[in-house]
Amino acid sequence: MKRLLSWVVSLCWFLALPAVLVATWWFTSEGSENIYFPPLRKIVDVFPDTWFADGTDSRLVADVVPSLGRLSAGYAVAAVLGIGVGVLIGRVAWLRALVEPVIEMFRAIPPPVVVPVLVALAGIDNTMKVLVIVFGCVWPIMLNTVEGVRALDPVAEETCRSYGITGVNRLRVLVLPSASPQIMTGLRQALSIAVILMVISEMIVSTDGLGFTVVQFQRTFALPEMWTGIIMLGLVGVVLSLLFRLVESRVLRWYEGVRRTHHSAA
Amino acid sequence: MLVDGPLPVAGGTAERMLDVRALRKVYAGKDRRVEALRDLTFSVGRGELVCIVGPSGCGKTTLLRCLAGLLAPTSGDVRVEGRPVSGPPPGMAVVLQEYGRSLLPWMSVARNVELPLRHKRGIDRKRRAQLVAGSLDAVGLADVGNAYPWQLSGGMQQRVAIARALAYEPQLLLMDEPFAAVDAQTRADLEDLIRSIWHRTGVTVLFVTHDIDEAVYLGGRVIVLSSSPTVVQDDVVIDLPDERDQIETRSLGRFVELRRHIYAEIRAAKIGRRQGAGD
Amino acid sequence: MRTNLLLGTAGVLGTAAAFEVGPRVLPLPGGALPPLSEILSALGDEVRDGAFWQALLDTLQQWALGLVLAVVAGIVVGAVIGSVRWLRRLTASTIEFLRPIPSVALVPLAVLLFGTQLRSAVLLAFYAAFWQVLVQTVRGAADVDPVAEDTARCYGLGPLARARHVLWPTSLPYVVTGVRLAASVALILAVTAELVIGSPGLGREISAAQSGGATALAYGLILVTGLLGLLVNVGVRAVERRQLAWHVSVRGEVAA
Repeated sequence: MKRLLSWVVSLCWFLALPAVLVATWWFTSEGSENIYFPPLRKIVDVFPDTWFADGTDSRLVADVVPSLGRLSAGYAVAAVLGIGVGVLIGRVAWLRALVEPVIEMFRAIPPPVVVPVLVALAGIDNTMKVLVIVFGCVWPIMLNTVEGVRALDPVAEETCRSYGITGVNRLRVLVLPSASPQIMTGLRQALSIAVILMVISEMIVSTDGLGFTVVQFQRTFALPEMWTGIIMLGLVGVVLSLLFRLVESRVLRWYEGVRRTHHSAA
Repeated sequence: MLVDGPLPVAGGTAERMLDVRALRKVYAGKDRRVEALRDLTFSVGRGELVCIVGPSGCGKTTLLRCLAGLLAPTSGDVRVEGRPVSGPPPGMAVVLQEYGRSLLPWMSVARNVELPLRHKRGIDRKRRAQLVAGSLDAVGLADVGNAYPWQLSGGMQQRVAIARALAYEPQLLLMDEPFAAVDAQTRADLEDLIRSIWHRTGVTVLFVTHDIDEAVYLGGRVIVLSSSPTVVQDDVVIDLPDERDQIETRSLGRFVELRRHIYAEIRAAKIGRRQGAGD
Repeated sequence: MRTNLLLGTAGVLGTAAAFEVGPRVLPLPGGALPPLSEILSALGDEVRDGAFWQALLDTLQQWALGLVLAVVAGIVVGAVIGSVRWLRRLTASTIEFLRPIPSVALVPLAVLLFGTQLRSAVLLAFYAAFWQVLVQTVRGAADVDPVAEDTARCYGLGPLARARHVLWPTSLPYVVTGVRLAASVALILAVTAELVIGSPGLGREISAAQSGGATALAYGLILVTGLLGLLVNVGVRAVERRQLAWHVSVRGEVAA
């Protein structure tokens, strides 16, 4: 009973401010004549039709799904590349010295600006969009992986070496798990970048996708629909972030435990 | 009893487990060259329990790492079972001082103990489970298999590291000041644990420590190192009874004598260094 | 250390060489990736033209404005939220919900409201940067040692004085981290807004160059944005080190 009560209390804290904000938005926009800020009621009204009408022809399927598909592809490629190369660079000191300045230079380039030139290189279809995401995401993943791999505890490494655990085994059993907290940080940074790039590339040049759709609404002055698009974008960002946190909390469960122990001991 | 050079082993067999000849290690830094070990020559027979003591800074840890194949000597010869050591030899297990960092925090205790076995040839899953359970039981941690290392106390963590070494069924066990960071009461328990394991399994043990009492209590032989530049200063046979007890053995007259002797050696080693510094 | 410097330079030079030779040798769509020398010469020409500097100034202006607004707002709001426990609890869900919303979602809105004016870019840069500063400041304020806070209160220090002597030193490292993250994010968003919306600045120049067929120039301008990003990063890190040096020494004294 006590647990249920405390859960309800937590839920109240969780919903209180958002509920107030949404209510405020609803009521202050109620009689709105301003075309840029239509009443929230209208936005909520058109939401289902805008995104879910027409079954498999719905915008959800025709636009959101391809967007997410490109996002996943780009993110996955960036992750494999970033972690793979990152581990190599992290373990080989001279390689790191050789390559790090160059990587820092590439990382400093704001990813969206490469879209115009990537169009020239790779056209305007999916390849280009995936490439943009890869280009933007690979650097934070790589750099964080390098940092994580560098911080490998020499005592743990010597212990594994003394037991004859080397090569690929050592990578799997020691290096990657040890670096996983830092790698997850890089993956988290890369996720927000990926979402931004997915939308940007579609806003600049595309024939479908979430970003494209929202810009279309804006250009045709379909403003309530545009707002539903903004909300949709927000939802995508939030849901992806939640999914990531779920995965992260499972993968790094041990790390949370270690930190809690150190914290209480400190 | 003072002896020079390697002894015929107290056990009868002259089979050498570990053979060290003229071991030398020099650390070459940017401006300084530090001669950590100058000339170490000794051997350890199969099934012996040998302790190594020396003044601080004499390179005990360097020595152990050279023996373990983790560090390449500058010159000299290290052989395990007659074979030269160029990397960590199979059949050897090491227990280090920093137990917290040698256990992998993302794996449970049981998985940690099992880890070296998974990379050893010819041990199937059932046998591994047996070895893990058996060794955890032997160190008195039968029911923490599912816990994580960071949930355990320091003494328990070190016992897990010992269990991991045990489960590996090594021929040679190297221990580098394993109980230095553990409280005195736990240390006493762990010392007895080592001796009981040694009795049961007949593994050859090389035990590095700064604690002279511990060395005399544990060892069948104590090798005393000089201060830097390090050579073997003395090789003392511990002729105490085989069955040792924390209270009884430590009050024996012979214990006190041996202890005093080794203490004096180490003090002489330290003074020798100070005198030498004036050269 | 010196080998590292050597290797690093070698890496940079090697990459430059690759970008010089590669485009000449690889079968790429015509003109899609000009060799490095062409890029640099196109850039050189552009730099002599006044328009480039105006664009650079525009970008910097939008970046700085968005960043400053975000830092001020983020610190104020963050300090208030962070130091009051029930406020933290109340706002936690809202912050966690609003934070992952990509700032680019605001692009259509910005276009409608401000068109291609400077303010579009400032809005985007502000929105993205604000969250960085806010989250870090809240963490910093929440990290305040309650013992130190109580001690200050016992000595009769009012809220403003407490903020100066207890809250600020504790949260400073966090705030600086937040500013560093915000600075680079604000730059990215400013340039993005210029690219997508067409506000004046380097982003717009890049887009214009590319559509006008001046691909080499486009690449050159991309290099400039990269350099800008590097400078921003290095600059903030230098400030960070100075601030933290002071901070650490102050902390050291208090502990002793």
